[in-house]
Amino acid sequence: MQASNRFYPSFIFTLRCLFKLFLSRWSAYLTLAIIWLFSSSLHADWDQQGNFTFENRYFTSDDTYVPSFASEPQWYWSSKAGSTELAMRLFARYDDNDDERTHADIREFLITRTSGNWEFSAGVGKVFWGVTESNHLIDIINQTDLVESADGEQKLGQPMLKITTAQSWGNLDFFVLPYFRERLFPGQENPLAGPIAFTNDDSRFESGAEEKHVDVALYYNQFISYFDIGLSYFEGTNREPKAIPTVDVNGEAILLPFYDQISQTGISVQATIEAWLLKLESIYREDSLEAFSAVTVGFEYTFYAINDGPTDLGFLVEYNYDNRARATESSLQNDVFIGARFTPNDVQNTELLLGYAHDLDYDGSHLAFIEASRRLGDRFKVIVDARLFESKAIEDPLTFIENADYFSLTLEYYY
Amino acid sequence: MNIFYKACALILFLNLSVADVFANKTAEQKGLEIAIEMEKRDRGWGDVSSSISMYLKNRKGAVSERSLEIKTLEIEGDGDKSLSVFHEPRDVKGTAFLSFSHALKPDQQWLFLPALKRVKRISSSNKSGPFLGSEIAFEDMASFEIEKFKYEFLREEELDGEPCYVVKFYPQYKHSGYTHQEAWIHKNEYRPEKTDFYDRKGDLLKTLRFSGYQKYLDKFWRADSFEVVNHQTGKSTQLLWKNYVFNSGLSEKDFTQNALKRAR
Repeated sequence: MQASNRFYPSFIFTLRCLFKLFLSRWSAYLTLAIIWLFSSSLHADWDQQGNFTFENRYFTSDDTYVPSFASEPQWYWSSKAGSTELAMRLFARYDDNDDERTHADIREFLITRTSGNWEFSAGVGKVFWGVTESNHLIDIINQTDLVESADGEQKLGQPMLKITTAQSWGNLDFFVLPYFRERLFPGQENPLAGPIAFTNDDSRFESGAEEKHVDVALYYNQFISYFDIGLSYFEGTNREPKAIPTVDVNGEAILLPFYDQISQTGISVQATIEAWLLKLESIYREDSLEAFSAVTVGFEYTFYAINDGPTDLGFLVEYNYDNRARATESSLQNDVFIGARFTPNDVQNTELLLGYAHDLDYDGSHLAFIEASRRLGDRFKVIVDARLFESKAIEDPLTFIENADYFSLTLEYYY
Repeated sequence: MNIFYKACALILFLNLSVADVFANKTAEQKGLEIAIEMEKRDRGWGDVSSSISMYLKNRKGAVSERSLEIKTLEIEGDGDKSLSVFHEPRDVKGTAFLSFSHALKPDQQWLFLPALKRVKRISSSNKSGPFLGSEIAFEDMASFEIEKFKYEFLREEELDGEPCYVVKFYPQYKHSGYTHQEAWIHKNEYRPEKTDFYDRKGDLLKTLRFSGYQKYLDKFWRADSFEVVNHQTGKSTQLLWKNYVFNSGLSEKDFTQNALKRAR
């Protein structure tokens, strides 16, 4: 692959890089400007909400504090009868250290028309499938905004046409996804990028249509007494890129993301019995090189009203398994996750989640995190996050971010 | 003689216990009859939507506000279906809650988290948990079904000049935070005026007062205000109901997971 890269005209590559860099930074600023203009000129019919976020991350490896600022405004309009609605959600972040993290995105711009048991949507949307907490195997519609958060929970808006029907036999969603969003990776200066960073400026595709390949997906879900069941099928561009190691124009080692074509069948089941949530997610995927399956199975049990007080304490245990031959592509190939959730149910909505993941194949690989949040007054919220990584096995992808331990303190203002 | 005394004692004992059983049965019977009448008079409203404002006051008097919209669909022969959407505080705006309540079977409940667009089926075992951090528990907001309680009629009593039955309610569903409740039920209108809640130790926990009753569709009484005072913590919650709209044509399709995702 390195050989083919040598023939790639380097001046075009440089131009493309510059253009993309310019685009990502200036689109962020432009979006912030539009946000301000838009919010002041909207008619009263529009329902508005959103937040401003000030974050400070401390990376232990290089003893640096990285301040960053973000805004996520939302607008919503619906016709009088409620049969037509338009939902918009924009996002923009400025990061003082990582140019790639200074980015903007249309998270949602979706028009939906409802008629009886049918729903028709077009635009940019966000969809979530699944039941488990430590891994989201079946969730595939939206690309991960990895630059936004290391846990992969943040997603990019996905252009889509969607038809939904709710029948007595269940809900059925049909998706046509006409444009593919590439994964956003942290820049080289960000410890979370690892020693060899993925580039955001040069991607390779299996399909000749590249990002214009039209993907399709189908999702069925139904609940029967204690059970909630989801069945999914996806055919199109893999959201999870393979890595092509190469060197950039400066001679530095980088990884090119390669997006192949896949088909993926998924199932999710949750049984909700008293204070037990029993969960299962599994996929079978055929990509350009192999067919494999993966599963996440586990439970969550909550002790409600401890000592007859308002406090709840929940415990989570999940096991992740993935049998793809190239082990380096998944860090959750044989891993156990345990977590504890502390909810005092107070007026300030305090929440605390502790998590620990342990790799059963590579004994020295662990990940631990704390997520704590509390509302201050009516409009502010403070969030404390800590993530600690450790890996001694070069085969485990976790190795790449071993030195990215961080603590973050975030203050959010909601309107 | 010995035998005679024993026989007398036995007869006395039996008599007493028979009388006891009889007296209890009447109190139970009467309590049940009041509950049945109360349930019967509140049948046939179809669907209703309204806005709720809540004011949570701590012991020092600091107030925190909540607001939400709630839609409810009456289901014949089962518990109601309801869909709530939170508006205040702003950090939870758009969070929505779908509940299919049942008399003794566990309720089915789903939560929609708008930031992740995730629908989560949640356990309904947290019946005694505080609703949005308030003094109102989830079970206090649940729809009233006869089978949920056993009843005991206590007495007739005037409350603020209104004639009331005082009836004990013993929860029969699992995970209740109460040993029992004592409800003052209006003798003519069969609507609750006041409820005292007793915790799992049997101590008085809180008092709920209903006020501002209005009649809708010429038949159904709805209170404009619920006020709960927790006697053990000194905290209180006032819940105001606004904009009651009955029979707006809601149906089962407005209470699905798709409707939950669309709720604003």
